[in-house]
Amino acid sequence: MDIVDLGRLQFAITTIFHFVFVPISIGLSLLVAIMETMYVVKKNDLYKKMAKFWGTFLLINFAVGIVTGIMQEFQFGMNWSDFSRFVGDVFGTPLAIEALLAFFLESTFIGLWVFGWDRLSKGVHLACIWLVSIGTILSALWILAANSFMQQPVGFAINNGRAEMVDFFALLTNGQLLYEFPHTVFAAIATGAFLVAGISAWKLLKKQDVTFFVQSFKIAIVVALISSLAIAQFGHGQAQYLVATQPMKMAASEGLWKTSADPAPWTVFATIDPEKQENGFEIKIPYLLSVLTYNSLSGSVPGMLELQAEYEKTYGPGNYIPPVRTTFWSFRIMVAGGSAMILLALYGAYLALRKKLEQPNKRFMQLMVAGISLPFIANSAGWIMTEVGRQPWTVFGLLRVEDSVSPSISTGAVWFSLIAFTTIYLILLCLLAYLFARVAKKGPELDGHEEVEDLQLQDPFDRVRSERYGA
Amino acid sequence: MELNELWFLLIAVLFTGFFFLEGFDFGVGMATRLLSRNDLQTRVLINTIGPFWDANEVWLITAAGAMFAAFPEWYSTMFSGYYLVLTLILLALIGRGVAFEFRGKGKGEAWKKTWDAAILIGSFVPPMLFGMVFASLVKGVPIDQNMEMTAGFSDIVNGYSLWAGVTVTGLCLLHGLNFISLRTVGELREKSRVLAAKLLPMQAVLMAVLVGWTFMVTDLFERQGVLLTVAVLLGVIAFVLARHYLRQGREGWAFGMTGAMILLTFVSMFIGLFPRVMVSTIDSAFDLTLYNAASSPYTLKAMTIVAAVLLPFVLAYQAWSYFVFHKRVTEKDHLEY
Repeated sequence: MDIVDLGRLQFAITTIFHFVFVPISIGLSLLVAIMETMYVVKKNDLYKKMAKFWGTFLLINFAVGIVTGIMQEFQFGMNWSDFSRFVGDVFGTPLAIEALLAFFLESTFIGLWVFGWDRLSKGVHLACIWLVSIGTILSALWILAANSFMQQPVGFAINNGRAEMVDFFALLTNGQLLYEFPHTVFAAIATGAFLVAGISAWKLLKKQDVTFFVQSFKIAIVVALISSLAIAQFGHGQAQYLVATQPMKMAASEGLWKTSADPAPWTVFATIDPEKQENGFEIKIPYLLSVLTYNSLSGSVPGMLELQAEYEKTYGPGNYIPPVRTTFWSFRIMVAGGSAMILLALYGAYLALRKKLEQPNKRFMQLMVAGISLPFIANSAGWIMTEVGRQPWTVFGLLRVEDSVSPSISTGAVWFSLIAFTTIYLILLCLLAYLFARVAKKGPELDGHEEVEDLQLQDPFDRVRSERYGA
Repeated sequence: MELNELWFLLIAVLFTGFFFLEGFDFGVGMATRLLSRNDLQTRVLINTIGPFWDANEVWLITAAGAMFAAFPEWYSTMFSGYYLVLTLILLALIGRGVAFEFRGKGKGEAWKKTWDAAILIGSFVPPMLFGMVFASLVKGVPIDQNMEMTAGFSDIVNGYSLWAGVTVTGLCLLHGLNFISLRTVGELREKSRVLAAKLLPMQAVLMAVLVGWTFMVTDLFERQGVLLTVAVLLGVIAFVLARHYLRQGREGWAFGMTGAMILLTFVSMFIGLFPRVMVSTIDSAFDLTLYNAASSPYTLKAMTIVAAVLLPFVLAYQAWSYFVFHKRVTEKDHLEY
């Protein structure tokens, strides 16, 4: 493998890993904020216990999210220095603002939240978790503003051989961002919600702490339902926008070689042959692609071969067709995952409404446990589709991947970092799963701090404290 | 002041702030092995920095982000040029960051020992390597006409840079010990103060040699002789005062003095560099400066407005968080980790 492939592989691996943890942080901090709000409003200690219990998951995850995030920021300069030189003027700004506006907020207030239970008033302590939640969402906004620029460059001019910013607000009103941001943030919120709902379902199956987990399930399933419907809505909007702005990505994710008939059918399944540039076996639903694309029963969608000819005219000779199989299937996996989430959330909300959670439907609850994996699958597939579908561009229409890499680094160095980061990230993922399972098993009574409990048993004063503060 | 200069100043402040703040929490991480007798004391030590270390690390992330936005060429040259060093720093920071969170949530002695080791290594490696990076940065590295840095092993790892690495690490340890004596009670407070007093003369030797070595191998004193001499004199005063306050047991002031040493070290470095950001050993015409490495005037202006609006809030709530946790941590507290 050459330096470009190695750099891409490292970027793909570190980004997909990072995006396992980030949605959990965004989703869980919102849920914990909701729970603590209910505690402050209803003055019921059950909600405080909930905030603390689910907060333990948040903290374990938060640490991993942050440390894997530093890698993301450094990686642009380390592996992709020519990219950074070319777009730094535009791309660096949202990154710097992300740190200044979001990271400081999250990191300071999560510290205050964890250590401040008995030092801050109830209202101030509640404000801390809300600020953490807002911080995580602001962080998503700015990093997605940067990503949206790569999908659809706006507000720049080419001067001095690089892209220079000419309109800061164009970055924030980028059409791509207006769909990508809500779509991604709701996906993250759903991730947290399905995690809480799934763990609650698991505990309900075991009939442990029933009141606690029924209540947790209820809150989570409402959030899961709202967010998964919103994901679909914004995803639909994003797909329509894609046809207009990155038609090649859309064509690839539909496996559409030749421009479609009018009205366009939607391909459910296809065996794709990128060599011959055609599909073998296909299953199609008539009209559906026209409906999805234009909200209308007519209209054809441009195919890859036609677009290729068009791009060659605009950008010069080259292959502008992204890896079709990957784009096609990741899109379908994402949509299937999202649809399953909506169905699970609908039925779960129905059960909660009919107050049927105490005697759970065993089969459904097992599905909810398995459903924890759905958002992760859909999230990863969504990013793979977005980023692979952008190939061969790093910045659409401006800069190709092979021109983005750092010229001065050696393949040996990248091999070393690739292996080191992949290993350590895998270990982190296993540890996270292990700790999640461990905290879930212990349940809400133990606060996730075994040692603290031991000490409190030894020291009568601490026991008084723990009763007073519900520690 | 031009915006280019302002952003150079801001990045200098961010890096210096990072070493001041994360400096003491690196120091606390290193000191866990030196001071604590048992698990409870280790937990007290970690709890002294518990609410802060995360936000302290964000100073580094913001410094890098600001470099990317204001001086993309500097960011690109430096980050690709120091590829392996930064990889090692990242690995260390990853291990350390999760160690704080994971340590108290698993089971058994081996689990804890592993994370204690991660805290120790993760607190030792970054200041050491950053010291080496910045030393080689002021000494100069091979940068060609395309702003590409092609450093060999000895450009980054040499006597001078190793000495600087050890000096920065020592500064962080000393600063951390003073922080511990400021934030704890009883045995830990006493032990850290005594150890700090013992390490202070050694640190003075490290710093003195570093100053001399810098005088010989870099052009910093040639360019900014007066300012750097003033900095060295202030540094000497800080040492004398630190010794005085440590003897008197005035821990806040002693902490302030080690902080001043860190500030003086990094401020001198940035003063000596100015208006360059990276020094080329191939030809001084290839130096990266805060002009040829910068973003466009429009971007700098936009960033300045954003920073002017946000920074006061950021500084205010960070200061507030230190105020909230100003009480000393005791073994009777409800400890995290």
